[in-house]
Amino acid sequence: MADELMLEIVTPEKVAFSGKVEEVTIPGSEGEFGVLIGHASLLSAVKFGELNYTKENKKTYYAVNTGYAEVTSHKVTVLVETAERADAIDVERARQAKEIAAEKLAKMSKDDPDFEKIKNALDRAEIRLKIAERV
Amino acid sequence: MAALRDIKRKITAVQKTKQITRAMNMVAASKLRTSQTRMENFRPYAVKFMDVLKSLALRVDPNIHPLLAVREPKRIRVICMTSDRGLCGGYNSNIIRTTERLFKDRLSKGKELSLIAVGKKGRDYFRRKANIINQYVEVFRKFDMSLAQAIGEDVIPSFIAEEYDELYLIYSEFVSMPVQRPVAVRLLPIPSVGVDEDVEPDKRVDYIYEPSEELLLDQLLPMYIRVLIYRALLETSAGENAARMMAMDNATSNCDEMIQTLTLNFNKARQAAITKELMDIVGGTEALKG
Repeated sequence: MADELMLEIVTPEKVAFSGKVEEVTIPGSEGEFGVLIGHASLLSAVKFGELNYTKENKKTYYAVNTGYAEVTSHKVTVLVETAERADAIDVERARQAKEIAAEKLAKMSKDDPDFEKIKNALDRAEIRLKIAERV
Repeated sequence: MAALRDIKRKITAVQKTKQITRAMNMVAASKLRTSQTRMENFRPYAVKFMDVLKSLALRVDPNIHPLLAVREPKRIRVICMTSDRGLCGGYNSNIIRTTERLFKDRLSKGKELSLIAVGKKGRDYFRRKANIINQYVEVFRKFDMSLAQAIGEDVIPSFIAEEYDELYLIYSEFVSMPVQRPVAVRLLPIPSVGVDEDVEPDKRVDYIYEPSEELLLDQLLPMYIRVLIYRALLETSAGENAARMMAMDNATSNCDEMIQTLTLNFNKARQAAITKELMDIVGGTEALKG
């Protein structure tokens, strides 16, 4: 049908999702943006964060890693390195990752070259935990 | 009688070898199926990625990016991708031979060479023969995009820092089950990506870019390297298993052949022994009669 939006989430491992949806929210590098049908063509970088789409008034959440989103008026293609659906997130692992990162960060000075890296890891673990709660 | 027992023992040994090679063949076959599925699953990603990159290459002057900078190639770095394990026929030696040929060619032109070894077999071979900068071994059992990312983070900053001028990737292309072809591709500087010529100019979609085209390209190009490395990893892993499957299949049929000849020899020897005994008995009775 013409009034539906095609969404495709593609990762190197698999096509994580492919189907018709009503709305998509994508974590763009310049900020989160929503896409409805008839959106202007857009190519955007995607950063680590929460992606969700609405289908039959139900929202489904994904944790996605960096990549790109290509938007045309009827089709959204999201190319990301990983995509995990909220109910597939390993909460235990995320929690461990968070603890380890937080511990390391507490011992580090801000000038440490690895500071940014650990900080990112911490942010990522937190986002994953947050998304996992949304099942 | 000693000869008989020897042959018997040999037959048992070959039978046991055959069991092992047949098991290895089956293991390789099931692993091959997994890695082939992974290769197929990766294809849509790679295709989509190239589409995006090409559409971007149209809009930006790609010559501005440091990863595209062509310098006079004095120092050359090579990534040599082999498997971690042996017993897969000529698979690794083909890759190593291709690498050595490239080495010899470049050395004769007075270039400086360094090597990044992926996979244990290549590392072991070049350990004393080449200047190994970095190595990734025992990685093929389980790997994902993060391995390609690690290799990417290894090679990209040092290229920008001008530690070397050209980067080659040597791996084995998975052409079909019995055919794996070693290839050498230049990764850096990135050869021009090419323009999407299949689409009519007026049908091309005019995108809004977010962030700017240049910044996007800045992220896309390293990703392009990662995509290529990841594909090579997948093909290496599939090729290794296909080669092992073929090698073990050959070994199994060789075992069959050997068992057949040995059984024939065994039967001959047995027959000879019986005949000899009969002769003895007949000879004995003849002597008694006389």
